[in-house]
Amino acid sequence: MNKRFTRILATSVAAAALVGSLGACGKGSASAPSAGSNEITMWTHNAGNAEELKAIENIVDSYNKSAGAKAKIKVQAFPQDSYNDSVVAAAASGKLPCIVDIDGPNVPNWAWAKYLTPLKLDADVSKNLPSTVAKWEGETYAVGTYDVALAMLARASDLKAAGVRVATVEKPWTKDEFQDALTKLKALGKWEYPLDMGTAGTGEWLPYAYSPFLQSFGGDLINRDGFQSADGALNGDKAIEWAQWFRGLADQGFMAKKSGKDSTQDFLNNKSGILYTGSWAADKARAAVGEDLVVMPSVDLGNGPKIGGASWQWGVTSGCDNSAAAMDYLSYSLKPENLAAVAKATGTIPATDEAAALIPAYAEGGTNRIFMELSRNYAVMRPETPAYPFIATEYGKAVQDILAGADPKTALDKSVKAIDANIKSNGGYKN
Amino acid sequence: MTTTQLPSPGRRLAEPAPAAPPSKPRHRPRHLREQISGWGMIAPAAVLLLAFVFLPAILGFGLAFTNARLVSPRPVEFVGMDNFARLFADPTFWRSLLNVSYFAVVVVPVQSGIALALALLINKKFRGVNFFRTIYFLPVVTSMVVVSLLWLFMYRKDGLINEMLSAASFGLINGPDWLNDPATAMPAIIALSIWQAAGFHMIIWLAGLQSISGELYEAAQLDGASRWHQFRYVTWPGLKHTRTLVLVTITIQALGLFDQVSVMTQGGPLDSTTTIIYEAVRSGFKQQETSYASAISLVFFVLVLLISAVQRYLTREKD
Repeated sequence: MNKRFTRILATSVAAAALVGSLGACGKGSASAPSAGSNEITMWTHNAGNAEELKAIENIVDSYNKSAGAKAKIKVQAFPQDSYNDSVVAAAASGKLPCIVDIDGPNVPNWAWAKYLTPLKLDADVSKNLPSTVAKWEGETYAVGTYDVALAMLARASDLKAAGVRVATVEKPWTKDEFQDALTKLKALGKWEYPLDMGTAGTGEWLPYAYSPFLQSFGGDLINRDGFQSADGALNGDKAIEWAQWFRGLADQGFMAKKSGKDSTQDFLNNKSGILYTGSWAADKARAAVGEDLVVMPSVDLGNGPKIGGASWQWGVTSGCDNSAAAMDYLSYSLKPENLAAVAKATGTIPATDEAAALIPAYAEGGTNRIFMELSRNYAVMRPETPAYPFIATEYGKAVQDILAGADPKTALDKSVKAIDANIKSNGGYKN
Repeated sequence: MTTTQLPSPGRRLAEPAPAAPPSKPRHRPRHLREQISGWGMIAPAAVLLLAFVFLPAILGFGLAFTNARLVSPRPVEFVGMDNFARLFADPTFWRSLLNVSYFAVVVVPVQSGIALALALLINKKFRGVNFFRTIYFLPVVTSMVVVSLLWLFMYRKDGLINEMLSAASFGLINGPDWLNDPATAMPAIIALSIWQAAGFHMIIWLAGLQSISGELYEAAQLDGASRWHQFRYVTWPGLKHTRTLVLVTITIQALGLFDQVSVMTQGGPLDSTTTIIYEAVRSGFKQQETSYASAISLVFFVLVLLISAVQRYLTREKD
């Protein structure tokens, strides 16, 4: 390497560093795209979900045309898979839009990171489904227009043939009844596995679907008193009981260790007798199975049935320079007719009773009313701590390992150790 | 990873120009112009490489010694070797290292062997040779993600592979649930990886084979050499440089195993398929631990560097 080469290399490095630092300077000006004009941007994750996106665009259009509109809202849709990455990248470069949608359990994490600002809405959300209002440290950071609920779907004719009673909200199945039901259903010989829990699921499905069982046993993902440690909650006796029970379902041949790619389709094709899934699958199932379909609450494993609460919600970013308009839009979007429009388009549970009254299926006596009751009665929020995204990955891995045959105590102890270390290394996630 | 194989044009251009004799000073400006235009030509590539490969890599190495996080309001602090201490105490890391070694030790010889066999098969002149070349090369132009998804279905308990095993053995063999059994998950991934990538190295071998002069074979035939002897004493020595290239590229590719694992098993069951890169992506993005992921990447970098250096040393010109 001669001298000139060295010199030019040095110059290039300096030039590149200069370019880099210029880029970094951009950080200061937050929400650059919306500055100056009376237009604010809104990001949503549902580019891949045409119905939901359409419903949201309709609300935005009607807001933009309304007389009281404080700003023009511009919608930008992202595919769900890359949505979180886009937000994190935008936050890092100070280019967050004014309004974002967020998966409920991530709200505390984003609030802690100061992506979100506490909401000050004109709309009254006190009567909304509790799981659609995301709070952290006493402040509301996001509101959802809908929620979803986990339930068990089955064919009434199958249950009758096996001599199993239909579980109801008043009288859900107990652990023993569930065991008995599965034994009888398996004895029918109709299916290889009578139960489909969606065990092929990955990512957020794992904590969303299976941590409610853990909670019904009396365990939890973390000690909710201060959210500083998972020790005792995630690896205590109750948690071990949960793990053994869950693993037992697979060991006894009641469910597959890894279900099919599309559990709903498998149920419709009569490859399983009981499908544990979300309310989103109900309309499709009812269309295929018809009157024979029964929607049952989850199992009571000791502390009553539990289901996960909170779906996608809306929040306002802290860098937004027209947050009054953003809050105004959110209040507008929470009107009953708007809630109903989105819930109708997505097949989800509307956030309020008023909105539910506008949708026949969710109105009093409607076929999907039960989901609203499930949500009101059984929903448990995933732990409202900024540590949640980390806890979710650790718990998800523990579930997969336990199903694959790992010793429950060892697997859960490992998760607890990792979670506690993560909380500690983040200074307890204190605000 | 491909950057490691890029020839460095800078080196050649930077060779000191023969010093112009003092008696011809008027040649200097032209030299300078050539130099400048030379540098001008590599500048775009050099700047892009520096900005998007070298700088991020250096920043990444720096991050490994901090507590930086993907999403956090806390200031970044220097924490010394904490991340490395945690990494080396993590059984999952050692398991991923073991998995990657297992993968590489099987894939490197088998894949290069199969690729060589394929190349020998299609290095003939017969009708339809292009058809076979295309068939063998097809998996390479298919995205690994697509290949993984297809094989995911084939590896199911009631998938194509088990059905074929069952049919071929008249129902005697009842295949395992390939990807959900810790004993078979990695072999399953190895098989599909070799199937997907062998075609690429077949082309490299083929190029090597075609650079061997036909006269050598004629001479060997005149001497009465058998086909095996022709291969052993003409083909094999003639492929010396190709061999090094194939060895190094397959090794680096094998160490960077990620796509198949991410799509098919997510590291499971029981960590039997997790890899170093997969762990880095999981910690860095899913678990938001940027600094820990950087530490994993740094260790991975050093590892690849060491292995490549050893390979370079072992395959050096020995005269």
